[in-house]
Amino acid sequence: MKYAYYPGCSAESTARDQYMSIREVSKALDIELIEPKGWTCCGSTPAHHTDRILSIALPAANLLLAKKMGLDMVVFCAACYNRMKVTNYEIQTNPKIRKEISDSLGEDYDGSVNVHHFVEVLIKDIGIKKLQEAFTHSLDGLKVVNYYGCLLVRPHQATNFDDPENPMIMDSLITIMGGESIDWPHKVECCGGGFALTRTDIVIELSNSILGMAKAAGAQCMAVACPMCQINLDLRQSDINKTKNTNYDIPIVYITQLVGLCLGISPEKLGMDKCVVSPKPIIDAVISN
Amino acid sequence: MPIVISKEKTDTGLLQSVKEISGVDVAGCLQCKKCTNGCPVTALVKVHPSEIIRRLQLNAGDSILNSDLVWMCASCETCFSRCPMQIDMASVMDALRIISVKKNAAKQKGNVPLFNRWFLKTINMFGRTYDLGMIAAYKVGTSSYFQDTDKFPMMLQKRKIALFPSFKADKKYVKRILKKKR
Repeated sequence: MKYAYYPGCSAESTARDQYMSIREVSKALDIELIEPKGWTCCGSTPAHHTDRILSIALPAANLLLAKKMGLDMVVFCAACYNRMKVTNYEIQTNPKIRKEISDSLGEDYDGSVNVHHFVEVLIKDIGIKKLQEAFTHSLDGLKVVNYYGCLLVRPHQATNFDDPENPMIMDSLITIMGGESIDWPHKVECCGGGFALTRTDIVIELSNSILGMAKAAGAQCMAVACPMCQINLDLRQSDINKTKNTNYDIPIVYITQLVGLCLGISPEKLGMDKCVVSPKPIIDAVISN
Repeated sequence: MPIVISKEKTDTGLLQSVKEISGVDVAGCLQCKKCTNGCPVTALVKVHPSEIIRRLQLNAGDSILNSDLVWMCASCETCFSRCPMQIDMASVMDALRIISVKKNAAKQKGNVPLFNRWFLKTINMFGRTYDLGMIAAYKVGTSSYFQDTDKFPMMLQKRKIALFPSFKADKKYVKRILKKKR
């Protein structure tokens, strides 16, 4: 199986662990991921805060690269995924936007490149049977909450990822790995996302509510599928404990890191030493399974 | 809560500008307040999403550009997702931010527009974001030198943040897009 793979800027910086785990997992499962040469930033939140055409043209430039490769695009970062899906949706449904984007790029893009999240590739393309055959370890006895965040599921007209209020795709992946995926109400709440640097006070409020609910649900760890969510919930956990007088100690891991562990890949290769809240109890449990 | 419209210059064309920028028609809003009830920052702001829409409908002047929600909205899109009339509130908020920067509305805590400018500057320079450069520029701009200084040594040691920017991007499209925008 072969895809164009857009790592997104965070893969080179704050989410190297996510990049490492995707590379390792895809190698183990024979998924060929080819980065479009010279890919550029999708513009993320600052672009749609600034100009609508800018926010569509930046992802379109990368989708154009995938189109020239003749491949579907695979993304992991929820923000990149969201911007690319919105770009395709806008270009397909609004001829005026398509015209403006082709003026901006100097080339026409028709919105036709399929965009998949890496978790969708695992469940839909690799399939449950092949995954089960490949797993050498399991999450048996581990209680996991799956946190989807905002940008995978919304706006549902464009992303069409899963049910916008109660998505289940990550839960099914955890179940396949033998873990107990807990039903909880904060799957698609917001962690404060792009305010990581500018309004940490908002991040602390929103992430506190998510961590509080995860704790109340009895989670031993939280599986995430977005680099912004990971860093907000992991790096800010100590700040939240200080300001809110809580004592959270919940490892925030990428779901691909859990998949990697079940495939028998070493935690170092999956970048798990980069987690701020130590995932060691999780790693030990999986390795002994 | 009743919405009080103070004596100010109304009909400033804000409704029309929002419509032109976002492509969203707010006329269908029923004031059911599902957006406000689902909004993650409702508890933190003075002006709620449903009030923004109502003031727009009434074309009640430019004061909403100074509403705290404009720069405290996290763009989580819960409002749009739950709206029974499918009003794209998230795009309305984008339009209000664009207009408020253009009209030089009051600066708010966090100075998000400054962060946005530096974000776009780094992608113009490198084709991709450069976290450390962006953070340094933002800290200088907001004089917030000591915020999170305890975290950087740990992040650098774990290589949780890149020391240098990436030079692998092909800036052909980015340069063209950003040039066209100006």
